[in-house]
Amino acid sequence: MQTEILDRQKKAQEENAEITGSQALLEALIIEGVNTIFGYPGGAIMPIYDALYDYNDKLEHILVRHEQGGIHAGQGYARTSGKTGVVFATSGPGATNLVTGLADAMIDSTPLVCITGQVFAHLLGTDAFQETDVINITTPVTKWNHQITDANEIPEVLAKAFYIAKSGRPGPVLIDITKNAQLQKFNYSGYKKCTHIRSYRPKPIIREEYIKAAADMINKAQKPFVIFGQGVILGEAEQEFKQFIEKGGLPAAWTILGLSALETDHPLNVGMLGMHGNYGPNVMTNQCDVLIAVGMRFDDRVTGRLDRYAKQAKVIHLDIDPSEIDKNVKADVPVWGDCKQTLPMITNLLEKRNHENWLNGFTECMKQEVEAVIDEEMHPKTDVLTMGEVIDQLNELTKGDAVIVTDVGQHQMVACRYAKFTKSKSNITSGGLGTMGFALPAAIGAKYGAKDRTVVAVIGDGGIQMTIQELGTIMQNNINVKILILNNRFLGMVRQWQQLFHEKRYSFVNIESPDYVAVAKGYRIEGNSIEDRSKLVSALDTMLKHDGPYLLEVFVGKENNVFPMVPQGCGVSEVRLK
Amino acid sequence: MKQEFTITIYTENQVGLLNRIAILFSRRKINIESLNTSPSEVESIHRFTIVISETEEVVRKIVRQIEKQVDVLKAYYNTNDEIIWQELALYKVPTEIIAEKVKVERLLRTYGARAVVIRKDYTIFETTGQREETDTLIKVLEQFSLIEFVRSARVAIIKDSKGFHEKLKEFEQAEPQIKNIEKTAILDEADTKIV
Ligand SMILES: Cc1ncc(C[n+]2csc(CCOP(=O)(O)OP(=O)(O)O)c2C)c(N)n1
Repeated sequence: MQTEILDRQKKAQEENAEITGSQALLEALIIEGVNTIFGYPGGAIMPIYDALYDYNDKLEHILVRHEQGGIHAGQGYARTSGKTGVVFATSGPGATNLVTGLADAMIDSTPLVCITGQVFAHLLGTDAFQETDVINITTPVTKWNHQITDANEIPEVLAKAFYIAKSGRPGPVLIDITKNAQLQKFNYSGYKKCTHIRSYRPKPIIREEYIKAAADMINKAQKPFVIFGQGVILGEAEQEFKQFIEKGGLPAAWTILGLSALETDHPLNVGMLGMHGNYGPNVMTNQCDVLIAVGMRFDDRVTGRLDRYAKQAKVIHLDIDPSEIDKNVKADVPVWGDCKQTLPMITNLLEKRNHENWLNGFTECMKQEVEAVIDEEMHPKTDVLTMGEVIDQLNELTKGDAVIVTDVGQHQMVACRYAKFTKSKSNITSGGLGTMGFALPAAIGAKYGAKDRTVVAVIGDGGIQMTIQELGTIMQNNINVKILILNNRFLGMVRQWQQLFHEKRYSFVNIESPDYVAVAKGYRIEGNSIEDRSKLVSALDTMLKHDGPYLLEVFVGKENNVFPMVPQGCGVSEVRLK
Repeated sequence: MKQEFTITIYTENQVGLLNRIAILFSRRKINIESLNTSPSEVESIHRFTIVISETEEVVRKIVRQIEKQVDVLKAYYNTNDEIIWQELALYKVPTEIIAEKVKVERLLRTYGARAVVIRKDYTIFETTGQREETDTLIKVLEQFSLIEFVRSARVAIIKDSKGFHEKLKEFEQAEPQIKNIEKTAILDEADTKIV
């Protein structure tokens, strides 16, 4: 591969070849190591699709059913592969259909390069057919965007796009290319990867005094507590992180985007933070003496009420993005930098510890949670299935080896709470934006990003109906994803809030579903639907063993709630067990 | 406590960057009181001067968000006592009234103004100064049938600055991100490493 890329570059330079903008774009993708594109054609991007016709052997293009599906697939791909997702869409409606995914990728720091076609440059601003001001629409939801009107710009701008998307704190980049630039022939003199932009500093430089201060503070702590987010995964610092907590004997809890960075069964993994997180991590946040945040951004779903958040603790914050430091929670020691570098520097200075008593506190909390919540979720006294037991059985069968992609709602919280993981990059969910409809297309991308792994999409009966058209993509490409619908016949999470905070005034949460097995069948996808506990294990097993995509609908309790819960407007220590 | 802050931003000269910066304010419902863009002392680098009235904490956070933008080289903020700042104002008044009722010369002297255009039908005065100064002249000229008034955005320079280059080093030293200023002073490399 590498030699081929060099050859291509050399050849281009020697020949000083005349190629079109579209070809230059595809050359750029190949040199950037792209092999999968999710997209949908249309008038303004036709020259690129025409060029793609000749690149079929080098670039696999997946035709999705809706551009939102395309971009979520790109996100799923990026999150399991650790590479940059690439998405194509046409101008106007094609481009506006990307907006939800861009916002999702922006807030969840997912590296994407989206290419949109645009009308001819001379038509810009004339309300031409399918012209929208894509650059301005997408500015707040992209890390960077740029419009190309001249093919000569393509190599350089694409190089910048890939560099910006992936470096530092990753994010989505959108490049809008006018049709004339796609068609234009120009003197191509090869593609140079970008490694520096003078106005852009992807990684802040590390200051040793803060490393020392952090280590000192941790060494002196009696009750240190680590909370970690996706920064550990994005920085590929899983090993460094593990060594850090192991040496310091530091209990560690995760945000849902940090989930799977540390294996579930690790003795120092004390569980999930936030609104539906575990009891211990929430309560202990307000008891620890030093709170060490690693690659996480203190989202309000994690912190609850800020003025009641960890007020007793000294805070050490490790983040690659300087604007995150002091944004929500004031840091006593700001450790700006890439945690792949800063963590080992701190670990070096740590004294070996094991905070046994302090850790036991977490175990105690877990016991309380098991009694109050988990026992009933895993072994309900009624015949009606719970979401928790479905996930639990799934764990048994996959041995924590699967990629779990979740949609948004109760099933998402339950899956994050109970799914087990042995490998990083295995929990794919829409965290910051909470985008219903994310899971089905994201699972498609997740599978392309991790072809040899089992991918299970866990989706609610609401969310599946938001992007159900992507069954068509699964059908056409025979994508081996397992679709597990947890059907509670309600928009469950909203219903839970209405029950708890709106006197059970169930306003428009009653949602009907089609016969999903029949729908799947219509798409030539096998499926099954069950309601009985006795059929659960075999149904899950059949789904997992099936050679190809499979849809399994499991009916679960209609009015089950997810607990523990930190109600909105409450502090984390006010976490409710029922 | 809210007070006036002047934000200075050094940027690449890019189409769309104004919007990218402006929406950082509007998203937080912060009103921009004055906005000026101009070239800077460094070739090909642009300079924004933005005035807002906010608490220092809000200003600090928004400046970090601005600086995070890919095409922004540096952003910093100052209070009014740390900067020299000026605004320019133009006033249009009917020449006949002015000539009749006031001694134009005296008026000009008192308010540090200057007549830029004198026609039969109107005269245009120009004055440069701080808000109170330009405001005072409006009050005066209102009595003489002021036809039109416009004031420019603020331009500002830091008092103790030896220029962007030195200031940049100083600012970066104060922040935890930079260890070795000599090596990272962006502009040292800027001219050789344009991407
Ligand atoms: C696109 C979008 N619209 C609305 C919401 C608000 N919302 C959050 S959870 C939820 C209910 C989800 O219901 P379902 O998919 O059935 O999952 P459940 O909560 O029942 O597991 C809704 C409507 C959202 N997150 N995303």
